[in-house]
Amino acid sequence: MNPNDTIVAIATAPGMGAIGVVRLSGPDAIGITQAVFKGKDLSKQASHSIHFGHIVSNKGNINEQMIDEVVVSIYKNPKSYTGEDVVEISGHGSSFVLQNIVNVCVANAARMALPGEFTQRAFLNGKLDLAQAEAVADLIAADSAAAQQTALKQLRGGFSSDLKSLREQLINFAALIELELDFSQEDVEFADRTQLGQLIEAIKTATLQLIQSFSLGNAIKNGVSVAIIGKPNAGKSTLLNALLNEERAIVSDIAGTTRDAIEERLNINGLIFRLIDTAGIRSSKGDVIEDIGIERSKANAEKADLIIHLESLMEDNTEDSLDWLIPYADKVIGVCNKADEWEAQSIHEGLSIENRDHSKLYISAKKGEGIAALKEKLFERVNRGQIQAENTIVTNARHHDALLKVEDCLQDIQSAMENNISGELLALDIRRCLHFLGTITGQVEVDRDILGTIFGKFCIGK
Amino acid sequence: MFQEYDVIVVGAGHAGCEAAAAAANMGSKVLLITMNMQTIAQMSCNPAMGGIAKGQIVREIDALGGYSGIVSDKSMIQFRMLNKSKGPGMWSPRTQNDKMLFANTWREMLEQTPNVDFWQDMVRSLIVSRGTVVGVITGMGQEIRAKSVVLTNGTFLNGVIHVGEKQFGGGRMGESKATGITEQLVELGFETDRLKTGTPPRVDGRSLDYSKMEIQEPDEEIVGFSYLPVERIQPEQQRHCWITYTSQEVHDILKTGFDRSPMYQGRIEGSGPRYCPSIEDKINRFADRDRHQLFVEPEGFNTVEIYVNGFSTSLPEEVQYRALCKVPGFENCKFFRPGYAIEYDYFPPTQLKYNLETKLINNLFFAGQINGTTGYEEAACQGLMAGINAHNNAWGKEPFSLSRSDAYIGVLIDDLISKGTDEPYRMFTSRAEFRTLLRQDNADFRLTQKGFDLGIASQQRLDLMHQKMDEVAKIKKTLQEFSVEPEMINSFLETKKSAPLNEKAKAYKILLRPNINIQELVNQIPFLKAEIGSLNPLSLEQAEIQAKYDVYIEKERELALKMSNLEDLMIPESFSYDKLQALSSEARQKLEKIRPKTLGQASRISGVNPSDVQILMVFMGR
Repeated sequence: MNPNDTIVAIATAPGMGAIGVVRLSGPDAIGITQAVFKGKDLSKQASHSIHFGHIVSNKGNINEQMIDEVVVSIYKNPKSYTGEDVVEISGHGSSFVLQNIVNVCVANAARMALPGEFTQRAFLNGKLDLAQAEAVADLIAADSAAAQQTALKQLRGGFSSDLKSLREQLINFAALIELELDFSQEDVEFADRTQLGQLIEAIKTATLQLIQSFSLGNAIKNGVSVAIIGKPNAGKSTLLNALLNEERAIVSDIAGTTRDAIEERLNINGLIFRLIDTAGIRSSKGDVIEDIGIERSKANAEKADLIIHLESLMEDNTEDSLDWLIPYADKVIGVCNKADEWEAQSIHEGLSIENRDHSKLYISAKKGEGIAALKEKLFERVNRGQIQAENTIVTNARHHDALLKVEDCLQDIQSAMENNISGELLALDIRRCLHFLGTITGQVEVDRDILGTIFGKFCIGK
Repeated sequence: MFQEYDVIVVGAGHAGCEAAAAAANMGSKVLLITMNMQTIAQMSCNPAMGGIAKGQIVREIDALGGYSGIVSDKSMIQFRMLNKSKGPGMWSPRTQNDKMLFANTWREMLEQTPNVDFWQDMVRSLIVSRGTVVGVITGMGQEIRAKSVVLTNGTFLNGVIHVGEKQFGGGRMGESKATGITEQLVELGFETDRLKTGTPPRVDGRSLDYSKMEIQEPDEEIVGFSYLPVERIQPEQQRHCWITYTSQEVHDILKTGFDRSPMYQGRIEGSGPRYCPSIEDKINRFADRDRHQLFVEPEGFNTVEIYVNGFSTSLPEEVQYRALCKVPGFENCKFFRPGYAIEYDYFPPTQLKYNLETKLINNLFFAGQINGTTGYEEAACQGLMAGINAHNNAWGKEPFSLSRSDAYIGVLIDDLISKGTDEPYRMFTSRAEFRTLLRQDNADFRLTQKGFDLGIASQQRLDLMHQKMDEVAKIKKTLQEFSVEPEMINSFLETKKSAPLNEKAKAYKILLRPNINIQELVNQIPFLKAEIGSLNPLSLEQAEIQAKYDVYIEKERELALKMSNLEDLMIPESFSYDKLQALSSEARQKLEKIRPKTLGQASRISGVNPSDVQILMVFMGR
């Protein structure tokens, strides 16, 4: 790539919208726009200003032709997203029009941007750090409010600044240890092991929190997979449709109609759930095709983050073996379907409807009753109060891996301290820890920071 | 009057002496030029060799076949193994030396080295022909020809000495400065800058009251620096040092001189070392400390001269005197000479190649303080490397260098030429990523074969090294094969507060336990005692260190490998940093100037930030 050229691309998502934006970045962004723009002389306009005009092809020629009526925003370097001159052309949201705007820009020596190139330039110009740049990628791919919020928080440096403060504390720790090693002959204060132990404990707590946030972070980014399981004709597909409020799965009264798993996306309070409706689980009376479906159900249940175990109240469930579900008890939500029919029948037979299993949700998928409560339950199972709490949430698998390694090193440091291991070996574990923290934020040089801290903070030297 | 030499060495300090010895031992005809034959190998600052990280360097010099270790051993008045309470990676030998004996021993050893000639004069300029140095011109106007030239000018280039408001030219107190070379090198395109260092007052030991100071005892056992059998003093012949402290009163008196301090009045431009600050700097920067430690060190066996380590200063001499008189034990002290600061020219070492040859002028080598380092040990090892490479160039041989995992010497040179330095550079163990591997106990294993191949380490050295290696192998094998029954060892383990054995175990496994010492373990078991008990204690110690530290060395290697992923990313030679507007301008300039070979080297350049490295990585498609 060459930072001296100017890149262009459609910046808004494909599909029809009221407006769409074409973005240019590079030294000639304003000049190229001027070459396709009829309106004020853009080269004379201030940064962060907006101008109305027309985008045309063959400007100034007899075959000049208007493409769209637009508003252009000008951002001059370095105060722009990429740190270069940036122009954003807001036109009408037809992809045909937007593509034409891009085409005339390219005809005037702009280059089509490669995927991620705007962000790459922002990174190269020091506008974003590595974790932030990764957040941009997440943000672009975000298809839920929560994912967008998390990515935005990371983009603002929330994640990086948490890690940077952890890293700074560790560097201080390392400096104290190094001081003992390299300046032991001098009258220096020594590292108070109790204090150091506390610091490591604090860092460990913070690291663990970040690691734990990953399951939520991952859920936010990739969606939470939910397997809906239950016997044939328990109403799984009806439930799926009720949750989605649409007719998606094939629904019939014949048990075992759904043979293939269907995956659908459901947005609850900004979190994405991926619902998997699977063939019913029936242990006997071997329908061969069904059995394949059942194996698949079990596999899906195993992979899923959550399991909705659906039972029909209108059938006798007593002889079913649910032993295979026991290992997944933590992620099972018990739901009883056809509550409306059951209630009607109970009343009809004079039985008490209070005689229900309170650990389960009673719903009627067909009538849509209890669906809101189920959605709420799904959301709370994942969220556990974390999204609102403004906590930093780890969404990136690479960060998660690095944090696990950090945790490992912290463990090593603690056991080294317990065993009274010599300082240089302790220092080695601390350096490893710093290295892994650094791989997240891109601060890989450890030695210079440690020595800098030593010289800055302590009186040393004969 | 002069033959054509293979190598001319300018300056006969620690760097120059090692350079001359190395080149001569490799077979070069060497001329060592010094301004004063009486001041060869002076200990201009404190009378000591080694110490933390520096002691490892002296061991390395010795393992390669340099002289500093032998000279230090022969002239020591005290030996201590520092950091003995820490792991072996930190053990650091240090000697207090008789500074006159030290200088004499060096001179004797050089005089006994065939192929070393001496000449007393200043070198005024270099003779450069078509980008290659071909000789020197002395103050008296002699032209002396050579194939390679090593400059080890120390603090002499345009040296200016400061004491209070007085300042005068000089390379050391009482010795004149050297002029001409800086000016010529600048004309040839070299970049130069100023550095500052300082030294404390020397006082009359007869005027001190030692009863008011703490005694610093020497070690009971003398290990020394050299791997060769060298004649050393007996432990009981060693001399003491003492420790005393400054006080608030001392600080207050020193402050009365701040308005006449060359440092604070801006008369000194050069930057001094942060880790070797003057006493006024310590008071200034660490105002909350009410006392600072002083080490009272004798300068030799047969002199009353005392070095006041920790009291480096350039304040007016009467302020120095009044303040020092308030230090416990110094109430009646008599000065031999005041402390002073000295400013001198150095050439930022990023102008050098890995063999210490300048990038601008072929066959011209720099070593020691001219490269911005501080310390005898740092200077000596550069001298050794420059001497080796000056010889190699003169004889058309390949350059010789050491890597960061070979030796502290490799760390030092890589740091210098990659990062440069804007303060006098001193070695710390924390600068070495292979600290657990680069130990004082195994410098021979790491380097002696290389020294032998170069022709500077003797056959005797090599034989001793092989003998030790064989013994270590035998010890490890014996321990790995021998099974210990619980009843042979459990009572011993109990005394060591180590868990008893339930079933038999290999002796090697027991050795890995934290509280178990190899010598004691071997003594417990008659078979082991008979088999390996009588081997060299150093071999036993070596086997124990290897056994116990293997796992850490492996961890260290892994971490270093991760870091050095960057090391394997070669930067194309023609890479143009100018186009990379994204780099900080400082990083761009530094990269353009140093032209690192790998991203790893780039990442170590000062002024090149992690974000700059990331930018390079992105550009190189990573």
